[in-house]
Order: sequence, then structure tokens, then C-alpha cells
Amino acid sequence: MSYLLKRVAFYVFTAWAAITLNFFIPRVMPGDPVQSLITRSRGQMTGDAVQSLYVLFGLDPNESLLSQYVKYWGQLFRGDLGLSFTFFPSQVGEVIGQALPWTMALVGITTVIGFLIGTTLGTLAGWRRGSWIDALIPVTTFLSSIPYFWLGLIAIALLTGPDSFFPAGNGYDTGLTPAWDWEFIGSAVQHSLLPAITILISSMAGWILSMRNMMVTVASEDYVTVAHAKGLPERRVMVGYAARNALLPNVSGFALSLGFIVGGTLLVEIVFSYPGLGFLLFQGVGTKDYPLLQGIFLIITLSVLLANFVADLAYMLLDPRTRREG
Amino acid sequence: MSDAVLEVKNLDVDYGLGSEAVHAVRDVNLVLHRGEVLGLAGESGSGKSTLAYGLTRLLPPPGVIAGGEVIYHAENGDTADIMRMTDEELREFRWAETAIVFQGAMNSLNPVHKISTQMTDVIRAHDPDSTPRSRLDRAKEMLALVGISADRLEAYPHQLSGGMRQRVMIGMALALDPRLVIMDEPTTALDVVIQRQILGQLIELRERLGFSVLFITHDLSLLVEFSDRIAIMYGGRIVEEAPAADIYRDSLHPYSDGLLHSFPALRGPRRELTGIPGSPPDLRAMPTGCAFHPRCPKAFDPCATTLPVLGIPESHTGQQRTVACWLHPIH
Amino acid sequence: MATPSVVDATPVAAVPVKAKRRRLRFIASPKAAIGLGMMAFFVILAIIGPFIAPYDPSERSNALVEAPSAAHWLGTTHLGQDVFSQLVSGTRSVILVGLLAGVIATILSLLVGVTSGYLSGAGAESLSALSNVFLVIPALPLIIIITSILPETTDVTIALVIGLTSWAWGARVLRAQTLSLRRRDYVEAARATGEKTWRIIIFEIMPNLTAVIASNFIGTVIFAVTSEITLAFIGVNTSGDNWNWGTILFWAQGQQALAQGAWWWFVPAGLAIALLGTALSLLNFGIDEFVSPRLRGNGKSKVKTVDGHTVRMRVGFTPVLGFGRKDDTL
Repeated sequence: MSYLLKRVAFYVFTAWAAITLNFFIPRVMPGDPVQSLITRSRGQMTGDAVQSLYVLFGLDPNESLLSQYVKYWGQLFRGDLGLSFTFFPSQVGEVIGQALPWTMALVGITTVIGFLIGTTLGTLAGWRRGSWIDALIPVTTFLSSIPYFWLGLIAIALLTGPDSFFPAGNGYDTGLTPAWDWEFIGSAVQHSLLPAITILISSMAGWILSMRNMMVTVASEDYVTVAHAKGLPERRVMVGYAARNALLPNVSGFALSLGFIVGGTLLVEIVFSYPGLGFLLFQGVGTKDYPLLQGIFLIITLSVLLANFVADLAYMLLDPRTRREG
Repeated sequence: MSDAVLEVKNLDVDYGLGSEAVHAVRDVNLVLHRGEVLGLAGESGSGKSTLAYGLTRLLPPPGVIAGGEVIYHAENGDTADIMRMTDEELREFRWAETAIVFQGAMNSLNPVHKISTQMTDVIRAHDPDSTPRSRLDRAKEMLALVGISADRLEAYPHQLSGGMRQRVMIGMALALDPRLVIMDEPTTALDVVIQRQILGQLIELRERLGFSVLFITHDLSLLVEFSDRIAIMYGGRIVEEAPAADIYRDSLHPYSDGLLHSFPALRGPRRELTGIPGSPPDLRAMPTGCAFHPRCPKAFDPCATTLPVLGIPESHTGQQRTVACWLHPIH
Repeated sequence: MATPSVVDATPVAAVPVKAKRRRLRFIASPKAAIGLGMMAFFVILAIIGPFIAPYDPSERSNALVEAPSAAHWLGTTHLGQDVFSQLVSGTRSVILVGLLAGVIATILSLLVGVTSGYLSGAGAESLSALSNVFLVIPALPLIIIITSILPETTDVTIALVIGLTSWAWGARVLRAQTLSLRRRDYVEAARATGEKTWRIIIFEIMPNLTAVIASNFIGTVIFAVTSEITLAFIGVNTSGDNWNWGTILFWAQGQQALAQGAWWWFVPAGLAIALLGTALSLLNFGIDEFVSPRLRGNGKSKVKTVDGHTVRMRVGFTPVLGFGRKDDTL
């Protein structure tokens, strides 16, 4: 289990680093963000709220950096991420809490599905070199070069309209109130289809390509030749020998590029006015809402770390060499 | 020859196509008899492994079979040309009739599957009606045959030593009672002690089970000890073929002689190790005439211009040996 | 001993230092050549764009949201600005940020990657941990918070922020490569003869990293371009006369170009991004195939076999050629 422990230690360390980064960014930047926030709030803030902002962002010359840092952690542990200006007077934690499930559902599911489909297509493309699937490569390269959000724009322009099945925006029918009933869930699924397809199309290309290249490399390994020499059925050689091994670097690549992918997918939410973290981020940038932006960064980072950890667990299950002899 | 298992006729193997093709194996003729160990020796690039991969049609792209036949004689007397088999026929034929042990002991086993999975999947592929129970029993039996305890079935390849892995491969090769086992440098990566252990075991198994072996190595002294007959390859062609003892006592081709003096003999009188000066020919730019002539200490007039043909030398008529060298004109 | 292609399974082997012939072969790859051509086009456009644009990209006119015409090749915006001029002028900012960020990130990844790969000990370990941390932290949100806290942003600060946050992938790859190069015979030999560390790194290690560095540079440029455009699209660095393709999309989105059916407003910019991205990806494929020839589609993948079928060449089933024996003379 030493491999697992090492990974856990790494993630704890990274989480610490991200939070510390979050602490320092506003403090090393030129200007005084807190002052500009207070000015923009036009005296609507209570003394407590201002104090909380100072702990989060302020560079108080009378206090040592260390004690500021300790206070900052204290506030984080209480779940206090400050007040959001965009949604004044809501707490940042609250605002994020409402958006998070939407993003989790949309980005989480599509990322995993994109990986699975892309890996499958890449397996076939790498195994059958020179077949029609190879022709997919230039197409998918072009598609993956398109920013996610622009593809979303095109999808809206082409596929939505008054008579279309696909709604052009929002997470659900605005006439409904969020509830766990079929009507609402159905509406939510319908609204997330187009953003989901957009994310799938642009995220798949990378997986197709990397899996194809890994398959090509693995196909010349001795154990694949041995599998052929054993007269195993084609499927067994392709799946059990070639793809099973080619998958390993792809899974670790998946873990490492989650950060990139999530960044890109969040933008799709903006185009579709999807009520998730990405849309929130967009609104936060427009109003220079630092507390909200920092809160979102923190949450996204922690989620990505968690997802990474899950991917690591998957890797452990897939590669016996990481497991200890039992 | 009635007891032939495998007949290679005029086999040509190329890398690449058309004008860019590199001729790696040229016009090779070999016969492998029942229960025999035929050694195939030569330096790197002599084409011996290409020949082995070629005749099983396992050579990866850009390798292609440019011509020739490889006739397999089945137990019941039927014959089949491996070069004419469809993919489906090949799959059925492989491992059941000819098994292969590759040189990479380290890389021949799939790192993500247990030994048991890799031993049973081949049994299952060729005998779909077998039960999981019977397959596992067979796997255990095969491991026992090569001296590995049954609990290693549950191990992954990385948990085994190099020698153990190669023994697993040999056990796996024998799992379907093949009539022919091709061994491509099976022990090169192992140390000398393990190497001898495994080879000894192999010979004993061969006597017990009666399969034929095509044994490929660059180490001629190993072949002298373990094989019945030896074929020596140079520049993609067979330059000499003879019973192992004859090669050892009285090799005819200067190249065979050079090979014999490149490795210390495991037994018998000590020979002086001289090696062969120069390096193997570039297959892209083969010398004219005999490919060996630029390195040959005994080269004379015809060698540089005319290719010697493989045949029984006049001096040894009536013997079971052939050579392709101008020093030994054939009749 | 080795069969030519069964055994040499070193997928990402470093490219030998010398061999001019091979360098030319890189351009001979159609993928790389097309990518190079497209890239040259964009770079030239970046240089001359602002001069050849028919209008000042910020200049307003009375032609509001008009479809493409002879006067305005790609139509106009809600303020009557010429979209074609915005696109052409905006190329400079895109290329500038992409290349600058690429250079910054490449230098950083070289420093971190090669140092942590070549040297050993706690320092090297912590450098490697640092790059892993930066790799896992989502870069785009980080770039967004940094740039939105900055009091003012220019192309250079954007490039700086992107460059400073996106070096980790390259560092990781370079470290892995350096680690394997370090154990090569000629490096060991140089060390044994007492060669200075910096000389070994510059003369023995670096030349063998060229392909990896180049492919990383291109990867970072792709990321930087996408990031810059994304930032502009969500409203960072959109003030003033600083146009880039993302700014066009920002205004198009903000002014409901979609709802108005003004496709000319957002389609060209997106296509330009996709083309630039494709050009860079093609270059990268060229490098990949150059480094590991196995990925190359070997010119002819289908052969006619002896029984008259045409089959794909593939591992495990060597084809038997149909045409007769060729003569043996070479």
C-alpha cells in the first residue's frame, strides 16, 4: 500500500500548495483588492464582512504574514470564503454550493464518457492501421483545435431555435422549480444534452490520438506477438493484450490532464448559460468578484485533486505492478 | 523424407515493398524431421530470426513473404502450406502444431495478466469446449513439467525471475502438445548456469514428448552441444548445413569456422578464440558473389563475382551435409 | 541479436544528434510540411496584419451588424466596426502571446526538467514534486484569477502569466527524458572523464532533447493561444484597442450575435483559431513521427497477396506477396 500512501501524501501536499497559492496571489499583486472591493460595495458591507475580506485578501502591514496565514486557514476551516459581490449579500460558499452539482454532473459525466469513447476509437484506430478510422484523425485534430466554447456557439447557432428539441441555454426549464421529480430531471437532462455533446466532441480527439499512438507502440511488444503466436482470437489479442497495456499510460495521462480539460469544459457552461461553476466564473470575472473567483478556484482544484485520486486508484487496479505482493 | 515435420522451400523474406525492399532471407531450404533438434546459427542480421518469424508468418510490417513454401506435415499425413493459410487457419494452426519461445524472456509475458490467465487463454482458444477446471489443471501440469510450483500460477510476470519466466514460456509452449517448437535465442538473456539448466530440461522434455525443435542462436557452441543438425546462415542465406558433430569436427565453410572460434566451447578441448574480423553485411548493399567474401580469409577469384550454390560437396558425397562455398565445389 | 523491427522497441528514443539528412526528412513529412506552411502564413499575417487591414479595427461606422459585403468582407459589429479588420489585426496579439508564453514556459520547463532529471538529491526531488503540483492544479482557473486580480493587463502580462503557469507538463516530460539520457553510455563516459556538469548538460544532453523541446514548445503555444482567446472571451484583457480573436468573440457573445443571426461575427474568428491549432498540431505530429518512426503511416499499408486479395499489413499475419520472384542480383 506504500504506493497509495505516497499518492495520498502528494494530494494533501498539492491541496496545501493550492490553498497557499490562493493566499499569496492577492497579496503579491500590485494594488489593494480589499480597498477596491469596499469602494465598489458602496458601504453596504457590515464590519464582519469587511473583516472576513481582510483575512482572505488583505495585506495588513501591522500583522505578520504568518499570523495572517494562520487566520486565513482558520477562516477556511469554518467554510467562510467571504461574501460574493455578484450575488450580494450571499456567501461565496453558498453560491458555489448551488452551482457545484450542475458542473459535477455535466463536466464529470462527459469527461468520463469522452475518455471511454475516445479510448475505444483510439484502440480501433491503432489496431487497424490504414483503415477508415485513421481518416478520423485529421478530423478530430481539427475539432480538438477548436475552443470548446466556440463549438458550443456553433451548436447553438445550428441546432437551437424556437422549434428545436435542444434548448439554447440554462440548466432547466425556467418555468420549473428545482426538485427531485421526473419533470425537472427530464428538463435538466434535455438542457444538458447539447453542452454535453459539445464537450464530448472536443474532448474525445485527444484520447483517440494518444490511445492510437500507444496501441501502435504496444502492438510491436513481444507479448502481443506471443499472443498472435498462440493463435488467440483477434479480439482477445486486441483487447486483452494490446489495449489492456496501452490503456495504462492513457489512464495516467487522463489523471494529469484533468486540470486542462476541466478548465476548457467550464467555458462551455458560459455559452449555454448553464448554472454551473463556469458560468459563475464568467459572472465573477465581469464584476471583478475576487472572493467568488478564489472560492471557485479552490473548489475546482480540490475536485480535480479528488478526481485525480480516483484515477490513481483505477490505475492501481489496472496495473498489478503498482500493487504489493500479497 | 517421410518423417519430415516441416519443409521450407525456397523461402524469400523481404522488409519493405518494391524497389525499397530489403532482402532479409533468400532462397532458404530446410527440412525439420520428427523429434529432431535443428540448430540455426549466425551473427546478428544474418536473417535467422527473420527466417523463424517469416516461416510462422509472425513477422511484423514492413516484413513480407516474397516467395516460397513452408509445408507442414500433420500427424495424420496431411500437408499444408503455411504460406497459403488464411488468417483463421493460421490461428488454428498456431500453438497447436507449432509453438514459439521468443528471445525476450522479460517481454514475452503480458505484464498485466496472471500466469494462469495467460496459460489458460491459449488452451481455451484452441479447445473452447474445455472446462475452466481442466484448463487450470493442464496449466498446473505444464508448470510442474518445467519445475515450477503450482502456486506461481497466481503470480504476475513481474513477480518471477527471468529464468522462471522463460520456463513458464516453455511450459506454455508445450501446453497443446505441439509437434514443433521454435526457440529464438530462448536463453540469451539468462546467466550461463540457468541457461544450461533450462536447455538440459528442454532436451529431456523433447525425449519424453517427442516434439521437434528449431533452435535459433548466435552461440554455435551451444548448438554443437544441444542439437542434432546445424544450419548456418549468413547474409540471409544458408551457407552450410550438417550434423552437429560434423560442424564441430570438420566445418567446411570458413564462416562456420569463424563462428566456432567466436564462442568458448562448453565441453571438449579448448579452442583458440579468434572471432571473425569485419562486421556482418548491410542487407541494403550486399556484396556481389559470396556475401562473406569481404571477410573471408580464404577468398579467391570466383568468390567476389559468382554466388556459390548450396549443395553436397564433392569431397563428402554420400553424406548428409551441404555447403555453399567455392572452396568445396559441389558435384 | 535483433530482428530489425521486432526488438528495437524504444518508443520515444532520443533522436541522434547528427544526421542532416534526417532533419530534412522531417520537412518531407506531409503533415509537418502543411503545418509549417500554415504556420508561416499566420506569422506573416501577424507581422503585416495591422498594415493590410482595410479599416481601423476599433473604428465605428453607421453600418451596424451588416452581413458580409464588398465593403466589409466579413460584415460589421454592433458598432459598425469591420470584422475582417479585427480578425486580421488581431492575429498579431494571438501569435505574440502564443510564442512569448511558449518561450517562457519552455525555458522554465527546461530549467526545472533538466535540472531535476540530471541532478539527484532532495533539490531535484522537490523540483519534480513542484512540477507535479503545478501539473495537477487546473491552469485555466488559476490564470483567470491571477489576470483578473492584476490591475491592468497587456499582451505581455497575459503571456507572462500563461508562461509562468504552464511549464509543468514540459518539465515532466523533459525530466523523464533526461533521466534516461543520463544513464546512456556516452554521458556516463563524459562524466567518468571529469567533464563539467554544465558542459555535459549542454553538449551531451540538450542536443538529444531537441525533438522533445520542440514538441513541448508547440504544445505550450497551442495552450497559450487557447488560453488567451478564452481569457478575452470571458472578458479579461478586452478593454481598449487591443484586438485578438477572443475579443471578437467576447463582443459577439455579449451583443447576442447568435440571436441576431450574425454568423459572420463569430464564425471566422473560431475558424481562425481552429486553423492555427490544426497547423500547430500537424507540426507536432510531424515531430512525433520523426522521433518514433513506427507512428508513421508507412507509405503503402496494403499489399496484394498471393491469393489475389489485398490486405492491410499488420502485426501477427505477415502477408505473402503475389507477384513472382524477383531476381536476386542487387
